[in-house]
Amino acid sequence: MTAQITQTAQVAPRGKPSLVDGWRDASTEAMRHLRILPRNPELIGFATIQPVMFVLLFVYVFGGAIQVPGFADYNQFLIPGIFAQTIVFGSSFTAVGLADDLSKGLVDRLRSLPIARSAVLIGRTFSDIARNALTFAIMLIVAFLIGFRFEGSLLGALGGTALMLAFSYSFSWIQAFVGLSVGSVEAANAASFIWMFPITFVSSAFVDPNSMPSWLQPVAEHNPFTRLANSARALYNGIDAGSNLWWCLFWIAAITVVFATLSIRKFSRVAG
Amino acid sequence: MDAVAAHGLVKHYGETKALDGLDLNVPAGTVLGLLGPNGAGKTTAVRVLTTLLVPDAGSAFIDGVDVIADPQTVRGRIGLTGQYAAVEERMTGRENLELIGRYFHMNKGTRSARATELLERFDLVEAADRVATTYSGGMRRRLDIAMSLVARPTVLFLDEPTTGLDPRSRIGMWGVIEELGADGTTVVLTTQYLEEADQLADNVVVIDRGVKIAEGSVDELKDRIGGDRISVSIARAENIDLARSALAGLVTGAIEVDPESATTLTGPIRAGGGVLPEAIRALDEAGAEVVDVEVRRPTLDDVFLTLTGRRTEADGEEVPA
Repeated sequence: MTAQITQTAQVAPRGKPSLVDGWRDASTEAMRHLRILPRNPELIGFATIQPVMFVLLFVYVFGGAIQVPGFADYNQFLIPGIFAQTIVFGSSFTAVGLADDLSKGLVDRLRSLPIARSAVLIGRTFSDIARNALTFAIMLIVAFLIGFRFEGSLLGALGGTALMLAFSYSFSWIQAFVGLSVGSVEAANAASFIWMFPITFVSSAFVDPNSMPSWLQPVAEHNPFTRLANSARALYNGIDAGSNLWWCLFWIAAITVVFATLSIRKFSRVAG
Repeated sequence: MDAVAAHGLVKHYGETKALDGLDLNVPAGTVLGLLGPNGAGKTTAVRVLTTLLVPDAGSAFIDGVDVIADPQTVRGRIGLTGQYAAVEERMTGRENLELIGRYFHMNKGTRSARATELLERFDLVEAADRVATTYSGGMRRRLDIAMSLVARPTVLFLDEPTTGLDPRSRIGMWGVIEELGADGTTVVLTTQYLEEADQLADNVVVIDRGVKIAEGSVDELKDRIGGDRISVSIARAENIDLARSALAGLVTGAIEVDPESATTLTGPIRAGGGVLPEAIRALDEAGAEVVDVEVRRPTLDDVFLTLTGRRTEADGEEVPA
């Protein structure tokens, strides 16, 4: 007979994770991403150099050529749009990072742990907000150096910034779904990026939609990204945002709810 | 009670039957080698038992807990080391271990102490504070297994733990796994190598096309497939019958002719030496023009040939990972 050593698990078995456990696990996952962020030169470069480049290129290349009704200084019109685009582009890291974790078996490891299924994705998307805040700070500094000013209230400046971060957060959930759906990091790179070009350009971010061909105008006007650009611009410049703000909040909530549900469901049975 | 008890597991992917009614029983404190070629269903079985995959039919219990009905409790009792070394590359060895401790809600002191203990045990003390990108394949694998052990699992699953390792790292990994077995941890390991199962496992289950085709201790399995193999290559295919009859008196089972070359014959021989010179003499006398003779240990391929009458399908369909 062989003697059997009974090993008792150190951790009591858990049933369905409680909300408190869920937050704890999500913050552990967020911590993982934030801790490795400074160790990833590629990511840091992209999160810092790209925004500087975008602001400078758009302002100096297009800045002098475009007139927008109602704005004496095109930069006051343009810069909130660039902020919005850059911050939304940043969401593609979620797709690429998740695809990477998936291909390396890390997702399997996490799925074999007694943690809430939602915690992994919530933690990752939360860490995106922190990274986006860093990107935002850099863009603000550059914009201020080249003459951009908040024309509205402090509340408007903070509100506009928060709105862009929240919008980008909702896009992180789209990207989580993309990252879990494509097969490889390379595919995630393409699939996370390409569709964001029409969304951000066929909008009011850079030009007045009235200058577009008539068939394109309704598309640009109803584009959720136009709502964001209009709201951020209004809040930054002390103009009434009107219904744009409500539309923007609606889109943030709708995109988050739909894609968080889809992503968490996908995560639970990914590769299954 | 069995640490792992699975009955009638079925998982089909379209036409591919990854699992087709698999039964598995692993007594607590033993090491089970799940042996089979690529695409036999080994990984799918591990994924079902570790709650990553819900089977189409069948039942499975880990430590008496239902894998399908109560996966969260099962996850608290298992450790999984998958086919890839699933470590966070940009974290250090210590950080990786503490990360898992955090996920298991250990307090700071406990997870730090546990990390130190595992770093020592897996010979990673010197590399503890280096990021894993600087690790060798063998080190990553050791860290990977250490991460699976943070919460002292009752059952540890190792999916092809030595795949992709160089021979030296492989031997090192065997040492690690042997120690786990000696500790009383129940281990389920999958492998394509008979030699590896021989080295590590108390019991072996051979699976093919999602079902169990043999089961028992490695010795029992070897008895069934006979001892060593002699493999003879001759210069010309037309002499194959000469060679076959020359060897007939020396082998203990059927002689197989490699269908591709038609010049290589393989057959089981009795254990203990002496066969090789006899074989060469007999072949020479028969005028078979021998090019190469080899006596070797049986491989998974030989097991398969004996049990199923066909060779392993090395290029068989890969089950979705």
